[in-house]
Amino acid sequence: MLAIELFIQGIVQGAIYALIALGLVLVYGLLRILHVAHAALYTLGAYLGVIVVNNGGHIVVAAAVAMIVVGFVGVGIYRLAYKPLLDKPPLIALIASIGLFIAAEEVYRIIFGAYGMSFVQPPLQQQIELFTGFHLSAARISVVILAVLFIGVLGWLAASTRTGIAWRATVSDPDMAASFGVNIEKVRYINFFIGSALAALAGVMVALLNNLVEPTMGAVPAYKALAIIVLGGLGSVRGTLVASIALGIIESFGTIYLGHVLDRDAIAFTFLIIVLMIRPQGLLTRG
Amino acid sequence: MSYEIAVLTSMSIAILFALSLNLITGFCGQVSLGHAAFYGIGAYVAAMLTKAGLALPIALIPAAVMAGAVGVLVGMASLRVRHDFLAITTMGVGFLFVGIVRKQDALGGEIGISGIPSVAFGRPGLLLLALICMVLFILLSIHIQRSWLGFAFDSISDDEDTARTFGIDVSKFKLLAFVVGTAGAGVAGGLYAHHIRFIGPDSFGFVESVTVLAMVIVGGIGSIAGVAVAAAALSTMPLWLQFVDDYKLLIYGSLIFITMRFAPTGLAGIVRTLWKKRQAQ
Repeated sequence: MLAIELFIQGIVQGAIYALIALGLVLVYGLLRILHVAHAALYTLGAYLGVIVVNNGGHIVVAAAVAMIVVGFVGVGIYRLAYKPLLDKPPLIALIASIGLFIAAEEVYRIIFGAYGMSFVQPPLQQQIELFTGFHLSAARISVVILAVLFIGVLGWLAASTRTGIAWRATVSDPDMAASFGVNIEKVRYINFFIGSALAALAGVMVALLNNLVEPTMGAVPAYKALAIIVLGGLGSVRGTLVASIALGIIESFGTIYLGHVLDRDAIAFTFLIIVLMIRPQGLLTRG
Repeated sequence: MSYEIAVLTSMSIAILFALSLNLITGFCGQVSLGHAAFYGIGAYVAAMLTKAGLALPIALIPAAVMAGAVGVLVGMASLRVRHDFLAITTMGVGFLFVGIVRKQDALGGEIGISGIPSVAFGRPGLLLLALICMVLFILLSIHIQRSWLGFAFDSISDDEDTARTFGIDVSKFKLLAFVVGTAGAGVAGGLYAHHIRFIGPDSFGFVESVTVLAMVIVGGIGSIAGVAVAAAALSTMPLWLQFVDDYKLLIYGSLIFITMRFAPTGLAGIVRTLWKKRQAQ
């Protein structure tokens, strides 16, 4: 029973990682930038979600508002921070991104207070019986359903719409795509919008699960999501999804069985370092 | 007087710490986002030893050796992965260090180590020791920069593959940079532990790694004078201005971002450009 519970716990956590890491891998695939500040958008999404719900909005409205607003903020970050750094070594953008992320956390602390925020009346807390004797909160179930839904739709968009084809063309060869008339700038804007919106959704979901939003809630996901996309083989969306779920499950078992030697966050990085040393190209990709 | 001594001590420790990272990141071009781990290793080793009765100047030696030994291991990672991957790996090392220390009862676990003994001659003695270590490391940095070793580091930092083509043993020099840099951080950590006289896992987390990276970046990656000035300024700024202490991370974060966005060569680069302009006139 414990094993099943840990497994499901791992899947829920993995779905959240997947939503965050997806935006990151989209940005990396397109621009070769490790976008640490992505997690600041996740935190912002969580705050917006809580604020809208506490002011009488429905949770669906809250999620939509968070996703749209954060999507535009993400586009703004690309425009103001990354675009001017594109011709510099990738490390410069990475370090700039870390600086931006730390500054953003502090801005949240100043604006929203250091002690965090909670839902006055947390929605989606009712327990649903999945099978006999096994309950799961509606929030957990919706995390998994939403993650599958959004990732599925995204996959379909990328595979079969004109915008999706333009996006994939830009990822594999920007110059060639441009010469075929693809508006690369537009692709990048859409890319940042979608990635950031997904992070905001993850933020709202985590706010529901924990019923607490803190200025520093993005810190661990920021670096863990980097670990995930590296494990996934950088730029591979499928690899990222597998790595997210795998890490969620490994962590949930690891906390029980390795908890006395390592803390939860160190488990992810141990896994990361081992994989990087043995297979620097990632878990799934072929060397 | 004691206030000034405390300020000067933390300033020299910060300069030593920042220059040790500068050796790895500035000279050799290997980014480390987990440098605080080595600072932490030095701090824990030195604190355990002086609590067991050893004198600090002697305890600093095993602190440096231990940090340097782990530094070799992490340096090996730099042979496998490059650039932003190395940045993530070293970041992972930082999290790993904190994660392990947190769970070790022998190291005080979450609570950390308190009651670290004061050194001989008290605060002035510690200041003297810190100053000596700092000056030695500055001299070492200058020496490396001027020697053939500095040239080798420089070539690796510029273009690793070309350096290899010219017959430079890239692996050897990378490991060397990591050993010297991390050992320096170990010494700085040992001094820090006896300056604050209390250490815990949170004293050596990601924030410290970013703080020291901020010093190197704002000062100008690779410039000894620039990094020393930035380390002195950034480490004492929270003491001069109360609001800086409250918004320390906001300011550090913004400084890193603004420097990278507008002047990636840092203070040293700005001074150099201004100087050239003046000469041209």
